[in-house]
Amino acid sequence: MELIFEKSVSGRTGVRVPLSDVPKAAPLPGELRRGEPVRLPEVGELDLVRHYTNLSRRNFSVDTNFYPLGSCTMKYNTKVTENAGGLFASCHPMLALLPGGDQLVQGPLAIVYELERQLAEITGMEEVTTQPLAGAHGEMTGIMVIAAYHKARGDRKRKYVIVPDSSHGTNPASAAMAGYEIVTVPTAPYGDMDLDLFRQAMNDEVAAVMLTCPNTLGLFNPHIAEICAIAHEGGALTYYDGANLNAILGKVRPGDVGFDVIHVNLHKTFGTPHGGGGPGSGPVGVRGDLVRFLPTPRVLRREDGSYAVEDHPEGIGRVSDFFGNFAIMARAYAYITLLGREGLIEVSEQAVLNANYMMARLKEEYEIPFDQTCMHECVFSASRQVQNGVHAIDVAKYLIDRGFHPPTVYFPLNVKEAIMIEPTETESKQTMDAFIEVMLEAARLAREDPERLHQAPVTTPVGRLDETRAARMQQVCCE
Amino acid sequence: MGYSPNTPDDIRDMLAAIGAASVEELFAPIPAQLRAKSFDLPPGMSELELMRLMREKAASCGAGITPFIGGGIYDHFIPAAVDHLASRAEFYTAYTPYQPECAQGTLQALYEYQTTICRLTGLEASNASLYDGGTAVAEAALMSLRITDRHKVILDGSVNPLHREIVTGYLHGLSAQAVQVASDGCASDLARLIASIDDETAAVIVQSPNFFGSVQDFRELAQKAHDHEALLIVSCYPIAMGLVASPGEMGADIAVGEGQSLGNHLSFGGPYFGFIATRKRFIRNLPGRIVGETVDHQGRRGFVLTLQAREQHIKRHKATSNICSNQSLCALRGLIFCASLGRKGFEELARLNYDKAQYARSVLGAVRGVEVLNAGATFNEFTLSLPKDAAEVVQRLLDKGVAAGVPLGQYYPGMERALVVTVTEKRTRDEIDRLAALLEEALWS
Repeated sequence: MELIFEKSVSGRTGVRVPLSDVPKAAPLPGELRRGEPVRLPEVGELDLVRHYTNLSRRNFSVDTNFYPLGSCTMKYNTKVTENAGGLFASCHPMLALLPGGDQLVQGPLAIVYELERQLAEITGMEEVTTQPLAGAHGEMTGIMVIAAYHKARGDRKRKYVIVPDSSHGTNPASAAMAGYEIVTVPTAPYGDMDLDLFRQAMNDEVAAVMLTCPNTLGLFNPHIAEICAIAHEGGALTYYDGANLNAILGKVRPGDVGFDVIHVNLHKTFGTPHGGGGPGSGPVGVRGDLVRFLPTPRVLRREDGSYAVEDHPEGIGRVSDFFGNFAIMARAYAYITLLGREGLIEVSEQAVLNANYMMARLKEEYEIPFDQTCMHECVFSASRQVQNGVHAIDVAKYLIDRGFHPPTVYFPLNVKEAIMIEPTETESKQTMDAFIEVMLEAARLAREDPERLHQAPVTTPVGRLDETRAARMQQVCCE
Repeated sequence: MGYSPNTPDDIRDMLAAIGAASVEELFAPIPAQLRAKSFDLPPGMSELELMRLMREKAASCGAGITPFIGGGIYDHFIPAAVDHLASRAEFYTAYTPYQPECAQGTLQALYEYQTTICRLTGLEASNASLYDGGTAVAEAALMSLRITDRHKVILDGSVNPLHREIVTGYLHGLSAQAVQVASDGCASDLARLIASIDDETAAVIVQSPNFFGSVQDFRELAQKAHDHEALLIVSCYPIAMGLVASPGEMGADIAVGEGQSLGNHLSFGGPYFGFIATRKRFIRNLPGRIVGETVDHQGRRGFVLTLQAREQHIKRHKATSNICSNQSLCALRGLIFCASLGRKGFEELARLNYDKAQYARSVLGAVRGVEVLNAGATFNEFTLSLPKDAAEVVQRLLDKGVAAGVPLGQYYPGMERALVVTVTEKRTRDEIDRLAALLEEALWS
């Protein structure tokens, strides 16, 4: 499709700018003036509306297609929470930082405070900050809190963070951004970080261990409390990556298990829409003695029940300008309030049921690297299909032709030809059955007509794209 | 209430296929002693009850206040088309475009966004968005450390203090050093900035227009930085780019900024987006996602996420940043906003902001005892010196329904009487005149 810039016609205008009701001012001095106007497209409003409406139709989305993208938790986003999140559109965040201004924004401050309390209860943590703007941003914030803790104790020799090899790539990247070196521990044949190798890796130079549980293989680690204990004995803190929290709502709380720090991806567990890659929101919770290191400012409740914004002098400073991605937080707050205790427990139960059903139905055709009861997602390998020259990516592309967004492929990295499926709790058995039929069909085609899979997709506006060429050309904007 | 559609019959059939007797049995891998000690949340509610509750909260969120405040976030108008198009579920409920053939909508839009950012900033390569303006400045600082393999950045005191706090936090764990150079009144102290640059310097970070509203020429600063093989990073305000010389024209190597004013609602702090652009030779050091153009097997044009070897899912701890989710939907809003206004409209909008602020500058500067502190040019913000404590004056005017500006004392000790006033195209002449009258009253009666 043409770019909006290619639809530009010199002299055409779209939206009209208001007329001025003040005198024209003397121009800026020449050296401060822009040389030529910004070369933005010149299109009428209808051209614009058609262009972006038609572009949108070139996307798969949850509202149009089943989206079992493992680890990403693409559940349906309830419409009423959308309406709720939009109610605060005209509220300027700077009001809260003006002298006396907190009185004018009691509603949104109450939401920040109450959401933090809800998340603390859900995760078993003492306090939560909503400031981080995405899950990975939360990871970095959490590790910065851990660094501040060690520093405050005068413990300066800790320079390593341990992660399992199946971890999200953001874990090591976030720890590195906070200044740590990474030690990777392999996965044992039972599907979790190898306990013996972990013991060997632990020493008094380790600052933290970062884990997710259930892990990215969809498995709950029965040794999780032991890992926490070993870490604590060595003076390290434990970090829980909350990306998979939707599997255990009401069943397990990371704080109860022995984790010291956690981030929560609101856009996953609490069903806020992900907009083609963001916004997300990654609140961080901590155990009691780490509360003082949380970022500044904090929202507190006064004795009279009103809310105030307070500086947090020992904290790690700011990690974003204001209170986080507030409109996303308001949606998550609405979601938690709407579902309530029983609804959230049902989320986990149905997410786990759906994932196990998917695994049970597909395991005849697709290899399961770790054959155990899974949590909210299951990981297969296309290793059998590879014998016929068919790879995970070919199966993925065939699914597109049949109207399904593909699962996550080639992740986690420790499974060859990984296909990671997360149905989520909002999908019906009938939708999953239709998907399962196509997955089984793809496995049949892999044996009988592999070329069909290699050619897919054929129903989309473009076929398989040349990614090598894109990386070589580095054409990232139009001239 | 839940949103799972499965009926009791469905659940029974699924359990049979799994070979489990109950849903609870599926949680057997979790040892009993690890079970939740508490899950104390209230019962759920209906949509009607929820909206009643949320409207109650929204009733107390600054309604009825006329804002003359900025601090990096601005009250601009948003064309109706932005909300409508960005609300299309195909954009709104999609994920990161990992499978390009079924995500050409998002990918092409991000490519158009990158083009828009390059054109606004006068630079050649943009990523697909960062979290917000403050983290964008921090990411640019980290980028300069990678490019130069040095450990010192010079941070101008007229850069947004909230952003400076984020930068120092990001650098803290990395044994990198942020050297703060105090501003000279309301302007960057160019001579001191230049004198601070040495062969250890990775970058000099300035802002235009700066936190006081001043616009300056950074060409010489760029030259001096380059003489030491250091970079110039300019944080810019995108609406000003309709009128003010771009970072590229000023000789900047990296431009960053807060994208909120491009079609994103105020929303009490987010979601917004940060933008970043650079020279093409630094493209491999850009953090976050980048969309690139390519072709399919039939030669048809298409778009993909590219240069992914820099990213956390491949490079892990050696990645250019840890960014995974960015702010795509907010970037889409920014793109549609810019395309709505177009070449001519964008310039007119910048001009209108400038004219309104110049009018306010003259009217407020004429209030008895009030002085404009900016010596030179300003864009849509300027700084006043008041004969009284600015925080007290602001608090008094809030009671009259006006947020008169941001008092500077909390960020700049010694500037307790200074007030930064922001005027966008949404403020009318009457509102500006009223602010002048209220200010006069607050100061003298």
